[in-house]
Formats: sequence, structure tokens, C-alpha cells
Amino acid sequence: MDFFSMFWEYKSYFLTGLQYTLLLAALGVLCGFILGLIVTLLRMSPWGIVRFIGHAWVEFLRGTPMLVQLFIIHYGFSTAFGINFSPLQSGAITLSINSSAYLAEIFRAGIQGVDRGQGEAARSLGMTRGMSLRFIIIPQAIKSVLPAIGNEFVTIIKESSIVSFIGITELMFQSGAVTGITYDGMTPYLIVAVMYFILTFTLSRILGLFERKLKASDHR
Amino acid sequence: MITVKNLHKKFGQLHILKGIDLEIARGEVVVVIGPSGSGKSTFLRCLNLLEEPTEGQITFEGESITTKRHNINKTREKMGMVFQQFNLFPHKNVIDNITMAPIRVKKTEKNKAEALAMDLLRTVGLEDKRDAYPSQLSGGQKQRIAIARALAMEPHVMLFDEPTSALDPEMVGEVLDVMKSLADKGMTMVIVTHEMGFAREVGDRILFMDQGIIMEQGTPKEVFGSPKNQRTQDFLSKVL
Repeated sequence: MDFFSMFWEYKSYFLTGLQYTLLLAALGVLCGFILGLIVTLLRMSPWGIVRFIGHAWVEFLRGTPMLVQLFIIHYGFSTAFGINFSPLQSGAITLSINSSAYLAEIFRAGIQGVDRGQGEAARSLGMTRGMSLRFIIIPQAIKSVLPAIGNEFVTIIKESSIVSFIGITELMFQSGAVTGITYDGMTPYLIVAVMYFILTFTLSRILGLFERKLKASDHR
Repeated sequence: MITVKNLHKKFGQLHILKGIDLEIARGEVVVVIGPSGSGKSTFLRCLNLLEEPTEGQITFEGESITTKRHNINKTREKMGMVFQQFNLFPHKNVIDNITMAPIRVKKTEKNKAEALAMDLLRTVGLEDKRDAYPSQLSGGQKQRIAIARALAMEPHVMLFDEPTSALDPEMVGEVLDVMKSLADKGMTMVIVTHEMGFAREVGDRILFMDQGIIMEQGTPKEVFGSPKNQRTQDFLSKVL
């Protein structure tokens, strides 16, 4: 069966897959972003113990495979603590905490890259540390690391394929299902490859537009 | 208005300030001169605790700001600061740069803050730049905006940290003019500068700092006309 007729015939499989992939990626991006910011703030805390927690979080999540993290959350928590997450919950949690570690590193680099004088100027006007971070430092930091954040978003979309291991019917899982039905070991995977590519390519285009808009203040 | 007692600042092994004692009166314009590395900027930055003193006390309007419990943010609202590198917020346009602190910190209403900002822009001669971004301005314009931004908090004292050192020579004058008119209006000012002509003209008192202490102080006439300290004489003979 050729590419398009295969897609058409099994479109409900692929579209269901697309839905779950989009849902997981969106949750991963959103929760990862917020969690990442929080972890960054932890790492800049005046208290050593809080900094250590932030540091440990980042190192552990970056230093272990995401598949292992997924199994610990999905199977481990259930066995050891009786905490049963649905596959979708486990998938979303894993993607969120995993991307939060990478995003926290990106944010930290961005914040450290903002000129010291910016914070000093803000503080000299009577702003608190929090105001200075929120209104002055973080907006500039995010702008400078936007390309890196975009890369991370693209990564999350692709890495979300890992959650097919626990039976979430996202794109990767669904292509396997279609392969099982049709005994075609190539075309279904090509179809999802194209679908992943369309997702990531569109996303990087949108981020590019957003970046250009933020650059409005840079023109001379 | 500001009292400094036995101020010391160390960066690790480096002893930058070695005991500064000073009294600044309301309305006074104090100009700090001296060779680079003498601790002038560090001293100025200690006054609003951008640098934390290692030892000593600073009181501002009768309140000790160096005690642990003191809320420095409240004090900084009353102490404007202008930096050598301007430090305008590049992601905000001119009017937002000026109104941000009044709105966020003092909770001034937006339209009131903008009206005040426009007044200040007129004072510094840049009312047509209200919507410009810092990257579109010249150095002299940036520094005048930075002065307006500090003034928008209606401070009781203004601290200037080498405000003209990063400017092209032809832009120095416009910034000094703004500072001079501020001094004429009775603003209390502490200015670190290398502009000796300006120091002589505008200063009520000149402090000559070297090696982390105030070597000599007096009226411009005394310090520039007949410096008593050998190091002051050496320094002035090099820069004048």
C-alpha cells in the first residue's frame, strides 16, 4: 500500500496518535517551562540547602535516561508507594520534569548572561530582588535564550515518542499498531516521521516569528 | 542627611575602602575625585548598599541603613543613582523605563507617572523620544534618560557614578548641563567624576580620594587652588 492510501485508510489511528502527541507535548512544554523557572529560582536562592535541591533536581534528571524515569514513575511508584498514575499522567509528568531540568539550565544561562548593571539599576530604583527578576532580568534572559528554548520544545515533541512504552496511543504507538495490522514495517513509520516533522518544523517557524517580534527593541 | 562612619570595604584580600568618615548636608553637591582604583566608585555604591560595607555605619535621614533589619529597598527609593554604563532597560521604551519604578514600587497611577515622566523628559530635553528604545539613542541621550528615570522616583539625593566617562566627548556637555541645572535646583548630589572643570564649577565640596581614604577635602577653591596634600598636588598636576 502506498503512503497516502495507507494514511487515508488508517487515518483514525494516526489522528488519535497526533492528538495524544500534541497533548503530551503541550503539557510537557507548559509544565516544564513553569517548573523550569521555579527550579532556576531555587538554584539562585540565597539559602544553600534550597540551591542544593535545585542542583540535585537538574543533575539527576539530566543524568538518567528518560525511559528509566518513566518506568520509575509509572511502575515504580505504583509498586513501592501504591501511587497509581494513568499512563497519560505518567507520560505528562515524566516529560514535564525531564524538560524542566533542561529548561532550568537554559534559563540559568540566560539570567547569568544579563548584564549585572541591569539588576543594579533595578535595585537602585527601590525594586526588590523579585521585581528586578520578574520585570527586568527574566524578560531579557528569555529573549536571549529563545532559540535554545525552541530547541528544547522540539526535543519534547520528539521525546514524547518514548511514552509509547507504557501504552499511550500517541503517534509512535499508533504507527506500531498499524504495522501490526498491515505487516508493513516501513510506511506507517514514514507517515509518523512526516507528521513529527510537520509538528517540529511548524513550531520552530512560530518561535522564529515570535523571536523576531521580541527583537523589535533591538533595531537601530 | 547622610552620615558615614568608619566605612571599610574589602573584596577578599583586597582592602578597597580603609575608613571613610563623612557628613553630607541637605542640598550639598559633593564631588569625589581621585585616581582610578582609589575606591571612589566603591564608596558611592556603598551609600545605597549596592556594595555591602565590610565594616562601619551609614545613616540616611537619621536612620541607620547598615543595620541588619533595615529595609534597603525603601531607602533606595529616596536615593537615585546614575551609572557610567547608563543601564537603561533595553527591552522597554523610554517612557516605560522612566515610569516602571514609580508604578511598580511606589504604586503611582499610570497616568500620573506618565505625566511626571513627560515633565522630566522636557527637563532633560528629550520629550520627542518617549517611544524610542534605548538602542535608538546616543550615549548622551541615554544618560539623560537615565537621569530622568532616577528622578522619577523623586529622590532626596542623587548619586552619580562617573556619568560621563562612557560618552563621546561631544556628548559630555549635554549631560553635565542637566546635572548642573539639577544642582541649581537644590538637589543633594554625590558625584564621582573625572570632569575637573565641572567639579570646580558645580561642587560645593571636593573630596580627593586615594588608596581607600579621603586624602583631602574642601571647597573647589581650596582643593583646586591650593591643595595641601602632596598626593592631591600630584594628581591635579596630571589631570589639569
